[in-house]
Amino acid sequence: MTSIITRRRFNFGAGAAAATLPLIGGASAQAPLGVGFIYVGPVGDHGWTWTHDQGRKALEKEFGAKIKTSFIENVAEGPDAQRAIRQLAQAGNRIIFTTSFGFMNPTIQVAKQFPKIHFEHATGYQRAENVATYNARFYEGRAVIGTIAGHMSKSGQAGYIASFPIPEVVMGINAFTLAARKVNPNFKTKVIWASTWYDPAKEADAAKALIDQGADMITQHTDSAAALQAAEQRGVFAFGQASDMSSFAPKAHLSAIVDDWSGYYVSRVKAAMDGTWKSGDVWGGIKDGFVKIAPYNTAVTPAARAAADDVMKGIVAGTLHPFTGELKDLKGEVRVKAGEKASDEVLSKMDWYVDGVQA
Amino acid sequence: MTTAILVSIVMTLVAASTPILLAALGELVVEKSGVLNLGVEGMMLCGAVAGFAVAFSTGSTGLGLVAACGAGIATAMVFAVLTLSLTANQVATGLALTIFGVGVSSLIGAGFVGRTITRLGPVFPAALSEHPLLRAVFGHDIVVYLSLALVLGVSLFLRRTRAGLILRAVGENDASAHAIGYPVIAIRYGAIAFGGALAGLGGAYFSLALTPMWADRLTAGRGWIALALVVFAAWKPGRLLLGAYLFGAVMTLELQAKAAGITWLAPELLAMAPYLATVAVLTMMSIGRKTGRLDAPACLGKPFSAS
Repeated sequence: MTSIITRRRFNFGAGAAAATLPLIGGASAQAPLGVGFIYVGPVGDHGWTWTHDQGRKALEKEFGAKIKTSFIENVAEGPDAQRAIRQLAQAGNRIIFTTSFGFMNPTIQVAKQFPKIHFEHATGYQRAENVATYNARFYEGRAVIGTIAGHMSKSGQAGYIASFPIPEVVMGINAFTLAARKVNPNFKTKVIWASTWYDPAKEADAAKALIDQGADMITQHTDSAAALQAAEQRGVFAFGQASDMSSFAPKAHLSAIVDDWSGYYVSRVKAAMDGTWKSGDVWGGIKDGFVKIAPYNTAVTPAARAAADDVMKGIVAGTLHPFTGELKDLKGEVRVKAGEKASDEVLSKMDWYVDGVQA
Repeated sequence: MTTAILVSIVMTLVAASTPILLAALGELVVEKSGVLNLGVEGMMLCGAVAGFAVAFSTGSTGLGLVAACGAGIATAMVFAVLTLSLTANQVATGLALTIFGVGVSSLIGAGFVGRTITRLGPVFPAALSEHPLLRAVFGHDIVVYLSLALVLGVSLFLRRTRAGLILRAVGENDASAHAIGYPVIAIRYGAIAFGGALAGLGGAYFSLALTPMWADRLTAGRGWIALALVVFAAWKPGRLLLGAYLFGAVMTLELQAKAAGITWLAPELLAMAPYLATVAVLTMMSIGRKTGRLDAPACLGKPFSAS
């Protein structure tokens, strides 16, 4: 269900002041640096957009009066985004973060018109002189929670509520399943495509349907905590997504993959301040602090805990890659050869499922 | 095992249908009085956030439900004043009401993000409400039974009572109703308030029963389904009940089919089935009668000013 209405809340503040800077000349040196954000959802989603806004707040804490942040939330992906991004650019921001895949083309377009402004696009692959991209290796977190699921599941079946079959999501499903099957070779992951990033009631109903069909571990790649609440109600376990969601499901919530953008945002804004900003592509994982694992629930058994910690340590040390061959797709075709690790290119184009996935 | 799944499907289906049924039933009465209020989604969201805020602050879901009705009425009154007293365009005002509702609910709800409450529980004692089979009938919460009673009540009101007849007269021919002395504007105020209360209640069903939390745009477009449902039901409460449960069934079965690994049927087909059904019903209705009026109240959406 998509609402036909998108809401705009433009957080003024920086805009007007910064735009008049050039007139004053000398004063501009002390003027705060404008930092703009474009969000795809509401900051109140307690998920994806919320974590980016936590990053914005971390910037304010770090730099205080030296910067002025502003954001526009609920920006629809597509042509409309171009207008929102331009609005932030014209308001005098020096660095602008566009935080959803669908903002890729609009960001590139606007960046052409504002060569002096630094643009940062999350999860995309198109770059330019003044457009950098960044993303997080969420699949590393999926491997950790998959390990826990493999240990803790009695039925050997997990339910996975997914949004859209894009590589990002497919990667997560595969990483989770591979890790769980290392523990329990018969482990199965049943996937429901919700065809939305955000519809709490539908996410909850999907979780219930999966539990009805025998899943006793629920995880999701959608944005609300509704699936966890359904798991709590039915007495099965679940994992949080994007942020620690234990307050919604104190018993069911075994752990969560937590996105943390603040380190990256601070380093990039610092670079913009110092004039050392350069375009590039950063894909950070657990090691870089982009992806964190929320504290384990007391229900997590010592064996599961130890195994999950080992996976995490292995990933940080670089000795363990969640996608190590031999990996075959469901048709039996070899996608990653024995002993090899999947390259970033293979990962970013992933459109096949590993054994054990029912999608 | 299979009966357990069936019972579970029924439980999910009923829960998914109830908020749509409530909102649509309220809108049906509004439209029967000749007013088109497209702000259902906005009123639902205001009800959802108010219900959650009160339930969270007081610890009482009952008070939350009452507050949700109140918030729905308050939002609806904004619409009523603009369209009835100031004769603003109903379509534009209704759409604006939805946008307003999205914004104001987000503003009020900002402090409640990440909180949760105890969900609305079943009415009947555990012996019935947790019985493996009987819970399909007795395992629901108060709002579910209330919604069914309201369908019956509204149906009887519209067809069997003098007041219902007057309400319909106002919707069918406001000038005549006015000429014989009925207070058209006051009656429409009443209908809009009723619609607001039920939309608020429907919205609160999300934040208090389905997903006991507040998150922006929690109802995710169900208000639009409710609007479509009124047309689908040809403004008849009985058919509205059928339609709401049909929508709920399709939404639930779509997910169950996916979970069961049924891949030969594209889930997208199931997802669009309710809307296809609406189009089909509308087509059949307009073929059936040459007027093309589809049983809509004759004064639907037309402003009225007593002159």
